[in-house]
Amino acid sequence: MGFFSRFLIPNPSPVIYSSMVAIGVTVLLIIFGLTHFKKWFYLWSGWLTTVDHKRIGIMYLISALLMLFRGGVDAVMMRAQLAVPDNKLLDSQHYNEIFSTHGVVMILFMAMPYIMALMNFVVPLQIGARDVAFPRLNAISFWLFFMGAMLFNISFVIGGSPDAGWSSYFPLAGNEFSPHVGTNYYMIGIQIAGIGTLMTGINFLTTILKMRAPGMTLMKMPMFTWSALVTSIIIIFAFPVLTVALIMGTMDRLFATKFFTMTDGGMDMLWANLFWVWGHPEVYILILPAFGLFSEIIPTFSRRNLYGYRSMVASMVFISIYSFFVWTHHFFTMGQAAYVNSIFSITTMVIAIPTGIKIFNWLFTMWKGRIRFTVPMLYSIGFIPLFTIGGVTGVMLAMSAADYQYHNTMFLVAHFHNVIIPGVVFAVLGAGTYYWPKMFGFMLNERIGKWAFWFLTIGFCLAFFPMYITGLDGQARRIYTYSESSGFGPLNMISFIGAALMAISFVLIVYTIYYSIRHAPRDVVGDDPWDARSLEWATHNPVPEYNFAIIPQVNSRETFWDAKYKGHELFKGDYEKIHMPNNSGGPFIMSCIFFVFGFALVFSIWFLAIIGLIGIFVCMAHRSFEIDHGHYISVEEIKATEAKFGGVNKWK
Amino acid sequence: MKIKWVLLAILSTTIVNVLSGCESLAVLDPKGPQAQTQANVIWLSIAIMAVIVIVVCAILVFVLTKYRDSKLPKDYEPPYIEGNHVVETIIVGVPILIVIFFSVVSVISNNKVEATPEGYKGQDPLVIYASSSDWKWHFSYPENDIETVNYLYIPTNRPLEFKLYSFGPITSFWIPQLGGQKYAMSNMVTTLHLAADESGEMMGRNANFSGKGFAENTFHVEAISQDKFDEWVKEVKETAKPITEVRFNELLKPGHEGQLTFTGTHLDFSPAPEGENAGHHHGSSDSNANSKGEHMKHDHKSSNSKEKSGHNHE
Repeated sequence: MGFFSRFLIPNPSPVIYSSMVAIGVTVLLIIFGLTHFKKWFYLWSGWLTTVDHKRIGIMYLISALLMLFRGGVDAVMMRAQLAVPDNKLLDSQHYNEIFSTHGVVMILFMAMPYIMALMNFVVPLQIGARDVAFPRLNAISFWLFFMGAMLFNISFVIGGSPDAGWSSYFPLAGNEFSPHVGTNYYMIGIQIAGIGTLMTGINFLTTILKMRAPGMTLMKMPMFTWSALVTSIIIIFAFPVLTVALIMGTMDRLFATKFFTMTDGGMDMLWANLFWVWGHPEVYILILPAFGLFSEIIPTFSRRNLYGYRSMVASMVFISIYSFFVWTHHFFTMGQAAYVNSIFSITTMVIAIPTGIKIFNWLFTMWKGRIRFTVPMLYSIGFIPLFTIGGVTGVMLAMSAADYQYHNTMFLVAHFHNVIIPGVVFAVLGAGTYYWPKMFGFMLNERIGKWAFWFLTIGFCLAFFPMYITGLDGQARRIYTYSESSGFGPLNMISFIGAALMAISFVLIVYTIYYSIRHAPRDVVGDDPWDARSLEWATHNPVPEYNFAIIPQVNSRETFWDAKYKGHELFKGDYEKIHMPNNSGGPFIMSCIFFVFGFALVFSIWFLAIIGLIGIFVCMAHRSFEIDHGHYISVEEIKATEAKFGGVNKWK
Repeated sequence: MKIKWVLLAILSTTIVNVLSGCESLAVLDPKGPQAQTQANVIWLSIAIMAVIVIVVCAILVFVLTKYRDSKLPKDYEPPYIEGNHVVETIIVGVPILIVIFFSVVSVISNNKVEATPEGYKGQDPLVIYASSSDWKWHFSYPENDIETVNYLYIPTNRPLEFKLYSFGPITSFWIPQLGGQKYAMSNMVTTLHLAADESGEMMGRNANFSGKGFAENTFHVEAISQDKFDEWVKEVKETAKPITEVRFNELLKPGHEGQLTFTGTHLDFSPAPEGENAGHHHGSSDSNANSKGEHMKHDHKSSNSKEKSGHNHE
């Protein structure tokens, strides 16, 4: 291929061309808006260079919502294509690209940053810290994730999207069968984002272990912090596997190595194994923080303490270890012996036990409680039965002999959406509403929020339950069309209607945000709008830069509740000057260079790649010699801020 | 109260309808012993899992109706409850018992589907090599010395041993009504044990995504009695042309084909990647490395001949 022809899309369609125009117009509008309203400096100094965990959390949140839109459009297009037999809306190649990017975008660039958003925003507040352990590393994590995601997303207008599925199995993903650059984007985009995630894991492990407020022993940590701790450990063990696998894949594609090829001793099964050795723990990286979020929301709106705290912690630790011993269940059909399948079948089913314990603990938390049906609570209540259905179908899939029939069918697709949507998506949407006042100082509209919840839940059931049936009837996943005689038509139409309802729910969620920004009353929320129980609610809404004017004293698992109702003294002593980290443009600049480096690798533009690599090392070297002791916030400044919020000592 | 009963009646009739409708779903309408085993496991697990879902939903509905804010007296303050050993023993113990039960079922059924089907033991199996290329299936019958593309005739009441491998991406050989699927890969041969109890037509397909032509990567399966099968073999031998290396290499090129029939099998000139022809060996040694090298050369030769054949046509 010629130098320039590589940048063209291999299978252009009017949809893609119009998206190109739309993207171009949006970029121009943003540039014009920033210039017109003179917001460039604000953007740079307030956001691009920030090391504040709260602002980084909000940036993760915005990215996640954008990616939810992108992945959601993919999903609706897929369901529209399959709604009727022999549909001509999309051709095979386009459909393959869409389901590949849908998977990657939803898992890695939507669910992950959504979880990271909440971890970033909430964890330091929950443990009474002023920031994470390594604030600048945190900024690097975010920007690497962001640049990785952007690199992956531009594939759709420059050079073509990956089309080998989100699991990108070799040899299909190799040069022989995927000659265009799509899979390069996959390998390098995910690599860059993955490095960011790995750093987040290290950062939060350190933060949670070293920066808890006085009195907060491990067994007094709020459940979400526990889940973040366990997740960080899984990240640290799982992500290096992905890093190595992606390097091997990149080498195969760019430098003609033979790790996963069909000839010369390459082994395609190795990729599948490495991918799922990371891929299965990844599922728990998503779901454990979601469990943590439900464990915050359910007690608050049941007005009760979390039932079975110890068993909750124990089951989470158990799951985290076990998540590394089940990967083979993703390919029971690869031809290993019956005893191998038996072992992995049993280990997989065993995971159902701690998960079941958690379900019952949430039920018993509501028991004898005082349940309020707010939007976050609706998501948590919807989660329980739907996730249980997803969980038990997981046990069905774990029976390897039967899995030979479920594997690669819509049954499997129904199952994992049935755990990820009610599990992760409900959690982040519920927690997004729950923590919204903490982030922005006003509430999201409850009425529209409830409509969104019902559209999402009903849409979800309509979209995914029929897939269990079509799967058992032999509808393979990833087929772009099917014949009328197969009889899949009516149920796929129901799925499409469900997907449309879910799309409406997304519109409603965005509208809730818009409506609330315009109309929600300000300054009436107070610091504790939900009558919550844990430490993050002991500071103001929105949270001041330094989080807590005085570091809180922790006495129990529900310190804040004790401070409100049992006379615990949360804030002892007087104001002192607060040491805070300085903003830095370093992370953003370095990540931009990463982007250029990645882009150069995707298209094998070697001189640019070498310059990029040098640039990255220069940034690291610069950081090594930089002297930066941070800055102090003076007592006067703290007093002024606190006075504005009505003072720190009100819980005394 | 009446509305509740009406709703319950509607719900139960729907469930009964859906369940009876399931009988006609491919996977739950088995035509062979392996698919029967799998269907039994599926029904058993659906039954037990349904009980779990119902229990969870019942507790949830009970809690939500009894402890909702609007129904409670104004001065009700929820108690602080740390946990309860009896309750925790139950919620750990019962799932453990279920998992133990399922583990036993899983191990037994695994060994069943990975062996000659029950009731067929001791019989001489019909070995069929099923290899995939983009986006076709090639079926070689070494015993009968014939080969078909995209359709499969099998004798009933005889164990079948499918030897699976691929000339391209990983594919998955699946005939839902006969039994579950298994991967076909480029550098090893996997074995799938099946058998057909009754004659009839069935759908077979590649279930694992393999690129552009994946959706149409299906094949037609017909189970017929041994007598009819022998007749069919005889007829093929009389009417079909022999498969040549040139013709076979043409077939391997990406694209779709109709149903084709040949005498002879491609295994004669392009052996399956098993034994000494395997792409890789566990516990490698020098001799393995040699055979690997030969395999490589062989590939090279066949690609050359592909080019040559192109010229010949001109």
